[in-house]
Amino acid sequence: MIRLEDVHKRYGRLDVLKGIDLEFEAGTVTAVAGPNGSGKSTLLRIVLGLVRPDRGRVYFDGRPLNGDWRYRERVGYMPQVAAFPENLTGAEVLALLKDLRGGPAGVDEELIEAFALGPELGKPVRTLSTGTRQKVSAAAAFLFRPDVLVLDEPTAGLDPSASAALKDKILREKAAGRTFILSSHIMSELEELADRVVFLLDGAVRYAGPALGLAAETGQVNLERAVAQLMRRTAS
Amino acid sequence: MNGAVKVIRYELRDVLRSRWMLAYALFFLGFCELLFRTQGSGPRVLLSLVNVVLLLVPLVAIVFGTVYLYGSRAFIELLLAQPLSRGRLFAGLYIGLAASLAGAFLVGVGIPFALHGAGEPGVYGTLLVLALCGTLLTFVFTALAFWIATRFEDRLKGFGAAILLWLAFAIVYDGVVLVVAGAFADYPLERAMITLMLLNPVDLARVLMLLRLDVAALMGYTGAAFERFFGSAAGAALALSALLAWWAAPVALGLRAFRRKDF
Repeated sequence: MIRLEDVHKRYGRLDVLKGIDLEFEAGTVTAVAGPNGSGKSTLLRIVLGLVRPDRGRVYFDGRPLNGDWRYRERVGYMPQVAAFPENLTGAEVLALLKDLRGGPAGVDEELIEAFALGPELGKPVRTLSTGTRQKVSAAAAFLFRPDVLVLDEPTAGLDPSASAALKDKILREKAAGRTFILSSHIMSELEELADRVVFLLDGAVRYAGPALGLAAETGQVNLERAVAQLMRRTAS
Repeated sequence: MNGAVKVIRYELRDVLRSRWMLAYALFFLGFCELLFRTQGSGPRVLLSLVNVVLLLVPLVAIVFGTVYLYGSRAFIELLLAQPLSRGRLFAGLYIGLAASLAGAFLVGVGIPFALHGAGEPGVYGTLLVLALCGTLLTFVFTALAFWIATRFEDRLKGFGAAILLWLAFAIVYDGVVLVVAGAFADYPLERAMITLMLLNPVDLARVLMLLRLDVAALMGYTGAAFERFFGSAAGAALALSALLAWWAAPVALGLRAFRRKDF
C-alpha cells in the first residue's frame, strides 16, 4: 500500500531520518515506535505529505508521491494533539471536513456514536476538554472511510472506555481491509493492535517485524527495553 | 465548490467570533463617534482619523495575523493532511483572515459615518479613499504576517519580526527620511524622496489619503515632494499602483514559503 525507499530527512544539522526503507501492507496495522526524537513524527508526516523527504521516494499504491494532493482523499489522519479553531463547534469542524472531502462512500459516524459525542458537538471547541477534542479528532479521521489511517498516539488522553472503543474500531476496520500506521509507546496496546512493529532509533529502523509475542519473548513491559533486548540477542 | 472558498467560509466564522475582532471594530466605532462629538463635521473627523488608520490598521493586521497563524498551526496541519492543494489552502486562509480584519475596520468606520452623515458631498469620496487605503493596508500587512509566520518556526522570533516590521514601516521610516532630507537639504532630493516613498506601503497610503484631502503640509516630507513632483491625479495613480505591487509581493513570498515548508 505504502512503500518508503531510502527516505532521508535533515533539519539543519540534525539528521532526522537516515535512509528508511519500509513497506506498509494493505489490511495491516503497523506500529511505529521509538524514543522521543527518533523520527516517528517526521516519518508519519512524510507519509501525509506535510514534510517532503530530501532524498528517497514514497510510493502510495505503486505511485510515487510528488506533491500531488489527490491521494489524500484516501488517507485519514489523527494528529497527536487535537487542535481545532477555537470559536467553531465540533459539528462545524466536521462539516468543514465533510465539505472538503465528502466522497461517494458516505460518512462513517460510528465513532461519534461510540463516544456519545452528539451533545458535545454543538459546543464551541474551546469549551471542550482535551479528551473530548481527542475523540472528535478520532471520529474525524475515520469519517470518510479512508483506505489508510495515520494515527499519532491515538489513545493518549482518552479515558479507558473511549480508548477501548477506538481500539475495537481499529480492529474492525482492519478486518475490513484498511491499512493503519500508528505510533504508540504503550506495549500492551501495540500487542493488541499491531501486526508489525517498526522501531526507530536515531532516525534508522532498528527493528521491523511481528509484534506478537514481543513482550513475552523478551520479558519486558517497555517497548524500548524489549527492542533493546531483542537487538542484543540478534547480535549475539 | 473550490476548496479555497470552503476554507474561507469556515475561517470567516471562526475569526469573526473572536473577541479581538469585535474589540477592533468597536474601537473604530467608538473612536469615530468620539471624533464626531468633539470635531463636529465629517471632513475634520476624516482628517483626525487618517493617522490613526495609518498606524493601527497595519499593527493589528500584522500582529493579529501572526498570533492567529501560530495559534492555528495544528489545525492548519490537519487541513494540509486533507485532499486540498497547498495553494488553495493558502488562498483560503489568507483571504479569510484579511477579509475579516478589513470587514471589522470597515464596519467600525462605516457605522458612525452612516449615522452622522459626512456633511459635504465631496467627503464621501474621501471616505471611500480612506476605506480603500485601510483595506489595502490590511491585505498588505496580513500577507506580511503570513510570510513571517511561515518563515519563522519559533513564534517569539515571529512576533519580534512582526513588531519590528511594523515599527520600521509605520514609525521609523518617515523619521529616517526626514533626517536624510535635512542632512542633504542643499541637494535636489525629489527623485530620491519619491523612490523612498514607493518603498513603504504606509507612506503610499498616507499620500493617497492626503492627496485627496489636499493638505500637503500634513503629508510628511515624502508626501510633499510627491505632490510637487506629480500633481494630484498622476501622483494618486502611481501611489495606488505601487500599493497594489506592495500587496502582490508579500502574497507571492508567503505563498512560495507556504508551498515549500515542511510542517
